[in-house]
Amino acid sequence: MTSSVNFSIISAEIFLLVALCVIMIVDLFQRDKERKLTFLLTQLSLVSLFVMGAQDLGLERQVGYSEHWIKDQFSTVLKLAIYLGTFVALLYARPFIRERNLMRGEYYLLTLFSVLGMMIMVSANSLLVVYLGLELLSLSLYALVALQRDSNIASESAVKYFVMGGLASGFLLYGISLVYGMTGTIIISEIASYLSANQANLMIQFGLVFIVVGIAFKFGAAPFHMWLPDIYHGSPSSITAYISSVPKIAAFGMAFRILESSFGEADIHWTPMIMICAMLSIVLGNIVALVQTNLKRMLSYSAIAHIGYFLLGLSIGNDEAYSASMFYIIVYALMTIAGFGIIIFMSSENKDYQQISDLRGMGRFHPWYALMFTLIMVSMAGIPPFIGFWPKLEIFRLLIADGQVLAAVVAIAFSVIGLVYYLKVVKEMFFVDCEDSPKVSNSRSLKIALSINCMLLLVFGLMPDSIYQYCISAFASLN
Amino acid sequence: MTFQLIVFYSFAAWLIFSALMVITSKNSVKAALFLVLTFASAAAIWLLLEAEFLALSLIVVYVGAVMVLLLFVVMMLDIDYAALRQGFVNKLPIAIVTSLAFFGLLYYFITHGEFGPQNYANPAPKGADYSNIKELGRILYTDYFIAFETAAVILLVAIIAAIALTFRGRKHRKAQVISKQLEANKKNRLKIVSMEASIEETENSGEQEPSTAEEKS
Repeated sequence: MTSSVNFSIISAEIFLLVALCVIMIVDLFQRDKERKLTFLLTQLSLVSLFVMGAQDLGLERQVGYSEHWIKDQFSTVLKLAIYLGTFVALLYARPFIRERNLMRGEYYLLTLFSVLGMMIMVSANSLLVVYLGLELLSLSLYALVALQRDSNIASESAVKYFVMGGLASGFLLYGISLVYGMTGTIIISEIASYLSANQANLMIQFGLVFIVVGIAFKFGAAPFHMWLPDIYHGSPSSITAYISSVPKIAAFGMAFRILESSFGEADIHWTPMIMICAMLSIVLGNIVALVQTNLKRMLSYSAIAHIGYFLLGLSIGNDEAYSASMFYIIVYALMTIAGFGIIIFMSSENKDYQQISDLRGMGRFHPWYALMFTLIMVSMAGIPPFIGFWPKLEIFRLLIADGQVLAAVVAIAFSVIGLVYYLKVVKEMFFVDCEDSPKVSNSRSLKIALSINCMLLLVFGLMPDSIYQYCISAFASLN
Repeated sequence: MTFQLIVFYSFAAWLIFSALMVITSKNSVKAALFLVLTFASAAAIWLLLEAEFLALSLIVVYVGAVMVLLLFVVMMLDIDYAALRQGFVNKLPIAIVTSLAFFGLLYYFITHGEFGPQNYANPAPKGADYSNIKELGRILYTDYFIAFETAAVILLVAIIAAIALTFRGRKHRKAQVISKQLEANKKNRLKIVSMEASIEETENSGEQEPSTAEEKS
């Protein structure tokens, strides 16, 4: 029994938990209103986690703690993406929360707790640990959204998020309990070996439906997307930038571990469900985004559409497609953080400029940032040579290779429709006349970070392999 | 009929009776106390299943903590339970049909199919030196170590989140916030309302005005 205890495979989690406790105590004795030390320590721990994680690249797959825990290339790559995304999101958040009475130690603490939850989700090898990681993530996110206590809209979206998240967790747990009842185990590899020896009977299929619904709820894929625009719109922008991007990476890890690692043998039962969710999300997200006038809502609907494309990759169900999906979700996170970063950048002290029409005059008065925003929009639309193009191309290519030409054609057609609302934003910035200069943040660190993030979209777009090779290696090492 | 069976049936009858009383008794405090009795009988049945730890924790947690809190709430809030129970007789047929259907479904699943007793061997009774708590502790700290630790972290998050969302700083503190004082300006504090000038016509208005002018000077 004791042989399964292996601290080296949970060293990153232990490090983060210890760092969290230290930051919590340090923050308690801080009188600094700016929370500079808390911020620095938080970012420092994320950077050290990244450095530590980078050492783990290419290591052998290790399983421990009575098979409840796994550490492989897949989890390492996802964790690196999570650290990076969180680091950038916190960097953007700083000027925003300073002006909104949100500059509290808990902001950083809860973010770090959610990072810990995500790490547990992607490294879990049993359904119980996946679920606990998910709850750790969700609980921190509910609290983060509600942190702006004096704002009615933030409280409203926190309650919505809480109720919807609870519902999704309930579905997931119910499905897990049915699967446990049938297979008698919650260890992912043991479920897989049960399914390779036995047929998936009605009870397992029934449980699988609930699991897929729970996962789709967490992703915000149509037809379980209703909560997503309201919550992204209602949360403070810096938190929206975080919850719309990084947790999706972890949710991908969870979906892969549950659907493929445990139910891979029964994939004829879940791939059609994922496919339906994907197509619905693509159609609905792209069409509803067309009529949005609020930038945040438009980005939320475009997020639904992106989740649709990403799920398409999951529904193909081979290793190549999984790596394309992983590539997509990491790129999506990078683009979404940048997109909401612009909204943070456009927020002044008391007012958030969220309407698309508020962007008028950007091209004339702030040409550099207008260009940056154009980069994001064009990248999201999937135009080469920007990074958003490559994962889409991979997914469409694999879809056609898999013989699902009709789905690919529909997805590409709606991708073209999506171009309309992305370019509408560009049009507002450059081609609509405006006398007043739109207000922008004057935080230098935000300006630099935003510029780097947006330039990265172009740089990675010119050499997409720099990310994609890790995604491929993650799945190559699984077999 | 063995002794165990007699014990089981008597506690099961107790449980059903008290559960019925929970929903039918008019007095809400009595209903809550009957719920306590329900928990106690359920705990006794668990004891028969050799789940001593679960039985004890049911008593300690539910009877000792949750029900006491519930009783407090019931006693403190003046809820008109008679009004809540209106339509009890009208809806009784629907309720009976629903619960019978649910019972039938449960009975079918427990006796037939995948979850039927034929698929599960009878558990062997444990010896007298078998300790339930020891077994639970062993599994919790070895097989489910990661899950156990994660649950602990979740509780920590719950504490932090609860404090972050409710604590608004100590009240009645006389500390001065200098930045706020410096921020104060005329625009925020003083509100000038433009009003239309109107002179109220009174009988002796003409005589008074010069006199006030004199006083001022």
